[in-house]
Amino acid sequence: MSSFNAIVPMSCVTAAAIAAMIAEAFRAPGERMPIGPLGAIGLAGAAISSVLLWKDGASSFGVVVADKFGLFVTFILIIVGVLSLAISEPTIDRERLPRGEYYALMLFALAGMMLMATATDLLIIFLALEVLSLAVYVLTGIRRDHALASEGALKYFLLGAFSSAFFLYGIAFTYGLTGSTRLDRIGSLMAAQAMAPTPMQLLAVGLLLVGFAFKVSAVPFHMWTPDAYEAAPPAITGFMSTGVKAAAFAAFVRVFLAAFEPLRPSWSPILWIVAAATMIVGTVVGVSQSSVKRMLAYSSIAHGGYLLLALLAANDVGKAAVLFYLLTYAVTNIGAFGVISVLENTDQPNDRVRDYAGLWYTHPALAALMTIFLLSLGGFPPMAGFIAKWYVFSAAVKRGYTGLAIIGVLTSVVSVFFYLRIIVMMYMTTTDTPARVPPIPRMAGLALIVSAILVFYLGILPTRVLDWAAASIATIF
Amino acid sequence: MNFPILTSLIALPIAGAVLLLFIRDEERNEPLIRNIALIVSVLVFAETLLLWTRFNPASADFQFVERHAWIPAFGIDYFVGVDGISLLLLVLTGFLTPIALLSSWESVHKRLKMFCVFILLLESAMMGVFVSLDLFLFYVFWDAMLVPMYFLIGIWGYDRRIYAAVKFILYTMAGSVLMLLAILGLAYLHSQGTTGEYTFDLLKLYAMDVPRSQQFWFFLAFALAFAIKVPLFPFHTWLPDAHVEAPTAGSVILAGVLLKMGTYGLVRFAFPLFPEAASFFAPYLAGLAVIGIIYGALVAMVQPDMKKLVAYSSVSHLGFVVLGIAAMNTQGVQGAVYQMLNHGVSTGGLFLIVGMLSDRRHTRLISEYGGLKNVVPRLVAVFFLITLSSIGLPGLNGFVGEFLILLGAFRWDPRLAALAATGVILSATYMLWMFQRVNYGPVTDEKNAKLPDLQPREWLVIAPIVAIAILMGIFPNLFLKPIEPSVNRLIGQVSQRSSQRLQAGNSELRIPN
Repeated sequence: MSSFNAIVPMSCVTAAAIAAMIAEAFRAPGERMPIGPLGAIGLAGAAISSVLLWKDGASSFGVVVADKFGLFVTFILIIVGVLSLAISEPTIDRERLPRGEYYALMLFALAGMMLMATATDLLIIFLALEVLSLAVYVLTGIRRDHALASEGALKYFLLGAFSSAFFLYGIAFTYGLTGSTRLDRIGSLMAAQAMAPTPMQLLAVGLLLVGFAFKVSAVPFHMWTPDAYEAAPPAITGFMSTGVKAAAFAAFVRVFLAAFEPLRPSWSPILWIVAAATMIVGTVVGVSQSSVKRMLAYSSIAHGGYLLLALLAANDVGKAAVLFYLLTYAVTNIGAFGVISVLENTDQPNDRVRDYAGLWYTHPALAALMTIFLLSLGGFPPMAGFIAKWYVFSAAVKRGYTGLAIIGVLTSVVSVFFYLRIIVMMYMTTTDTPARVPPIPRMAGLALIVSAILVFYLGILPTRVLDWAAASIATIF
Repeated sequence: MNFPILTSLIALPIAGAVLLLFIRDEERNEPLIRNIALIVSVLVFAETLLLWTRFNPASADFQFVERHAWIPAFGIDYFVGVDGISLLLLVLTGFLTPIALLSSWESVHKRLKMFCVFILLLESAMMGVFVSLDLFLFYVFWDAMLVPMYFLIGIWGYDRRIYAAVKFILYTMAGSVLMLLAILGLAYLHSQGTTGEYTFDLLKLYAMDVPRSQQFWFFLAFALAFAIKVPLFPFHTWLPDAHVEAPTAGSVILAGVLLKMGTYGLVRFAFPLFPEAASFFAPYLAGLAVIGIIYGALVAMVQPDMKKLVAYSSVSHLGFVVLGIAAMNTQGVQGAVYQMLNHGVSTGGLFLIVGMLSDRRHTRLISEYGGLKNVVPRLVAVFFLITLSSIGLPGLNGFVGEFLILLGAFRWDPRLAALAATGVILSATYMLWMFQRVNYGPVTDEKNAKLPDLQPREWLVIAPIVAIAILMGIFPNLFLKPIEPSVNRLIGQVSQRSSQRLQAGNSELRIPN
């Protein structure tokens, strides 16, 4: 049985997802069922099993490895899951979404993400990618009567399917070259012949890079992001902007910094340009958005750029920085989308920047929470975002990527400009017609407060989590 | 275990702010909120005075040092201490915060609680900047301070407050992020050295010999951040906007303390960390400073708005401070530190006076006033004293600082001193001219005829400023004495290391390619 240990966390989540589906099937019309708590139980099971696995780790069938790296990402995903479940409730009620399907899809997506974070075989990574992607495509379009939703979901699906094909094609080439899909074997074979990379190798690396770049919405494969983020209900946007990113980056790190590390001289210049373009495009285009969700979509693209910078630096600091950054970004961004989600009204999305006018005067607590999240995204101390950015930049400086680090800090100043626009609206502008905000459900409010506390905790006392992140990367590289 | 007095300087305002958060922002709670904020800030001021009495003025070392590991994996410590240079800046911060709070007694009613919270948070961050001896910690406070100031300007400011607030925060950040990279680079460089230790400890970094080619870039990154903060010509454009639009309390703190962080940063970080680059760039800095002195004065002369005039006069006065620092001799630096304090007192005072006038008349245009001398004689008397102190009349505080700076500059380069001295004359021109137009002549506007004179509360605000201005003018040694050993140590540090290198055969310094 021990060979199943590594998949216990994701099995718990999958079981919860199946339970949610069954519950939905047996639900009488109009009956309220506590399906959300089912998911919470599944995630609690995943958390407990991950804690138990933390010390020794485990490996299942040689293709799923619950090492500290994978488990760290799993923890991030559990936090993402719990917070997303909590902030989903108001949206489901208001939009009359099918509760069971919604939660089941969310939990399946989480299981896929966890699998992706712990997989050490290209095919399993692909499988996980598809599991999470399909669920997220559906979630994006779950508001069926919403015009934007169908458009965004379809765009996301078509481009996503396209990139999956790239990814699969890359796997095929890799298999052709090395005769294996296991990352460790690919790594050792690549190392043996890395002196002069063949065109075939470059092609394999390039195709996989495109696949990953799409999933982490790196420029120029970011086109779907603003549309999909705008289309989905805000709780889902928060979920996919953090969860998908975390899972994709975990696999990205494993594939590129372990298996393809020997080919580094070939891919690092490309990644340099991609990282620079991602940071620049994300922030510059973000400045001109009038929809808060689109703005945060571009901000998410820019944050992907900082993560790419850490990945590119690829020293011990950089790898740990990826993990810490993902965690920080997860709690901060879900918090921000949580605020958007509770602001949403049935007939008014309250999604324009100007809808935030005077929010501080009508809802001081919500405005304060939003401010905390935005300042953290902007990288102000003593919020978590500052430590995360500092961590990334110190990795870059250490590796000698000073130019990229300069682009990074300057774009983060530009990004502050658009985060401030919302703050300006909330605090410094008054309006005669303040946005009507529905009452805030208790669970969602609690989730927001927890996120804010985590933001401060990671910003002021980051030592313990930084140590965990450092320990996590020690296990795989 | 001694009482951690420096930590309490940082923590006490935060504690006060947190306490305030638990009080409902209602009208009947207004006195309570004001009193709590005031009591906290007065306590902090008392603590800074206590610090001064306990401070050993004969020692050049950092005193009251506290050190705790914060993020050990990266060699980041919570490491604080004071020396003669930062000591009086702490006292100044402690002194101006209660005054700023008192000055808002009548003018701020909107969202009073958050106003007090932001002022207290700002105070805490300012204290943090002046006591940090760990570069990372310093940067945290340096950046964190922007947020409360941003809100103060943006919420309680005048008409164009949003523009001013955003400009303020973006300008300052743009300068400081490059400094962040330089700090990271410096720590990394230290880890390459013999000890292999990744550290942000200022004292260890002082001792490190930074290769010359890197010194230039590091110095430029630091100097840019500080030059924007000072603000040094041509990076000054954010200042008039921020000053003019900020509420009186914000202007007082902005001019009184925030600008000093730039000059303090030059003295504490940029010069001693990168002595060779500093001695290479010093003439350029001095050149910009002198341009700033004259330019600021000329622009101040033609301002129709009193607040803007005072803002541009800050550009001019801070130019003197930078000149003194660039001279890097005892008189120059001592004068510079002294002038930082002076400027805090006299410009703070001027902003308070302008605030009082604009509270009464709701305008700051010079042309709207005239003949106030007969209407509000006491206010005008105080106004006059502070004006003279700002001009630098002997017997008042401004004279000592400017004199020392000019002396230091003269020993270094007489031409610069000669040019800078014209700034003294110009400052007399624009200040006295403004004073004359506002206060002398007949009362031209009916609305000015019945203005009330100083209220008891206003006496409480302005009297300490006048008293300090006189005290600093008559007994400068009281203030100069604790400064001196630290200044001498600093100069020793800078000159010794830059000359060592020079004697080692690299006689010419060049910018690396």
